[in-house]
Amino acid sequence: MAVIEIKQVAKSFGSFTALHSVDLTIADQEFMVLLGASGCGKTTLLRIIAGLETPTIGEVWIGGRRVDHLPPRERGIAMVFQNYAVFPHLTVFENIAFGLRMKKMDQAEVTRRVNRTAELMHIEQLLKRYSGELSGGQRQRVAVARALAMEPDVILMDEPLSNLDALLRLEMRAELKGVLAESNTTTIYVTHDQVEAMSLADRISVMNGGRIVQAANPVEVYRNPAARFVGSFIGNPPMNFLKAEPAGAGKWQVAGQVFDGPASAAAEFAIRPEDLHPAEAGLPAEVRVVEPLGPHTLVTASVAGQPFRAVLESNLLPAPGDVLHLAPVPDRIRWFDPATQSALR
Amino acid sequence: MPRLLPYLLLLPATAFLCLFFLYPFVQVAHDSVMRNGVYTLENFSRMAGHWKFSTAFWNTMLLAAVVVPIQLAMALTMASIVTKLQRGRSSILYIFAIPLGISDLAAGLIWLSVFEQSGFLNSWLVGLGIVDQPILLLGYQNTWVIFIAIVLAEVWRATAIMMVILVAGMGLIPKEYGEAADVFGATRWQKFRRVTLPMLKPSLQTALILRVILAFEVFAVVVALGGTQLPVLMSETYHWQFAMQERGVAAAFAMVILGVSVAFTILILRLLHVPKGARV
Repeated sequence: MAVIEIKQVAKSFGSFTALHSVDLTIADQEFMVLLGASGCGKTTLLRIIAGLETPTIGEVWIGGRRVDHLPPRERGIAMVFQNYAVFPHLTVFENIAFGLRMKKMDQAEVTRRVNRTAELMHIEQLLKRYSGELSGGQRQRVAVARALAMEPDVILMDEPLSNLDALLRLEMRAELKGVLAESNTTTIYVTHDQVEAMSLADRISVMNGGRIVQAANPVEVYRNPAARFVGSFIGNPPMNFLKAEPAGAGKWQVAGQVFDGPASAAAEFAIRPEDLHPAEAGLPAEVRVVEPLGPHTLVTASVAGQPFRAVLESNLLPAPGDVLHLAPVPDRIRWFDPATQSALR
Repeated sequence: MPRLLPYLLLLPATAFLCLFFLYPFVQVAHDSVMRNGVYTLENFSRMAGHWKFSTAFWNTMLLAAVVVPIQLAMALTMASIVTKLQRGRSSILYIFAIPLGISDLAAGLIWLSVFEQSGFLNSWLVGLGIVDQPILLLGYQNTWVIFIAIVLAEVWRATAIMMVILVAGMGLIPKEYGEAADVFGATRWQKFRRVTLPMLKPSLQTALILRVILAFEVFAVVVALGGTQLPVLMSETYHWQFAMQERGVAAAFAMVILGVSVAFTILILRLLHVPKGARV
């Protein structure tokens, strides 16, 4: 049982504030992904949970125990590092056994656990090799096996797949998901890759500028971004945003079209590129670039002078200069407050 | 042409080394087995037959065996501390490196001024009333005091060179390995013993080889503090060459020092060998 509670944790490096008072609770056995661009504070938060960094203020609780003053080894965690940190002077076997040896576990149990996790990660034939003789993907497997062998309450992963090539990343992603789902651990996983986040997470915490902007399940984060940033960061291509002029109570005019919207003083219209379809009446989009991608066609256009993208059926091939009328799916339209950047419901 | 260029550029340095190092070396090796125009091992038997030889040999070994481990332990400790410093690191390194800038004879003289009959140590002992009058510390009655004084001077003088090499070596170990050790439950000592030390092997090799060879060549400090009371291999070489005018025997001593140095270098290389694939 390991619930992780982060209470008002903040971290400054000199005059730079990496984290502004973060609050987050991660449920037992949950797979939580910290997602954000580089410099958003996600790795700092992970390192604070690991004990590799001390928070300037705030508390970290793991499994009902306050741990922010404890060294990493007393926190019941294991970690997979971005550059694997597989010890070059030890064989794969001894690397996986490292944490168990530190605990002075008896040899039979060490061998049992190393063999089991090596099998799980499909590296049982590499146990006698040194890390210098392994490929990046194999090192990655060793790093994961080393963490799993600890049978920890919590596994922390710092961009574990970012150094692998695209194909291998896809393969490892699926494998990690399977292995971790069976391991009964709470996982915190840091990444800047939104697809990775969407595919792995039970919940995603989207971070920006040292704050958690939204923490919710992947579909919720995608469908109902809590802030303009989330919409613009998640999704490829990202959400479209258009200026809206008030047109009566709860009515907004967007590029000549009138939509029902929130009853606020100002609002910004937002729609996902795939939630558009050509219609008689719709947002007038002047096509700039057409990219036939196979399953669908990506159209880059401009609507009332603002950049706009649409993902359309692949049999539709407009030419640059054409004007398309694109109607948004009504219940997929979102509204944001231009001043606070947060969602209007 | 571009293929040959690197060799061409290295040629002057290579020629210089051959002329001023390899040639004299071959000359000394030749001298050691040549006596009155015939090849013979008599130089070596004269050397080994002299009553001072085994004393000088074992004194040299004992000095190296005491000095090098002390220096290794101190250099490792100091390097670990210096590596962790957030600021002021280079200033500390400069201060530690001061003794490196002093010649070994000067170092010997500094410690002589501490230990001699009218030295600091005696004046403190008298001043504090521990002894009534200055005592002869570096006399032939107590060669162990001479030995300790030499050990102190050598440690003081040449620990920094090891430390500098080890600091550089520790700087090359990526931080993540230490963090991984922390996360996977290593205590400070375990981390040092199981991660830092093994990954430091290449630097340890360099530092130890350098120091051990210098330890076998110890000379000026010994002469300054002990005169002829504590013969070592190097002082005997000097003695045979200049006092006895026995060039051949001096050359034989030089060959012994070389042999011992080579043997220990090979030993250190073997002991601290890092298998291929296990390198950082």
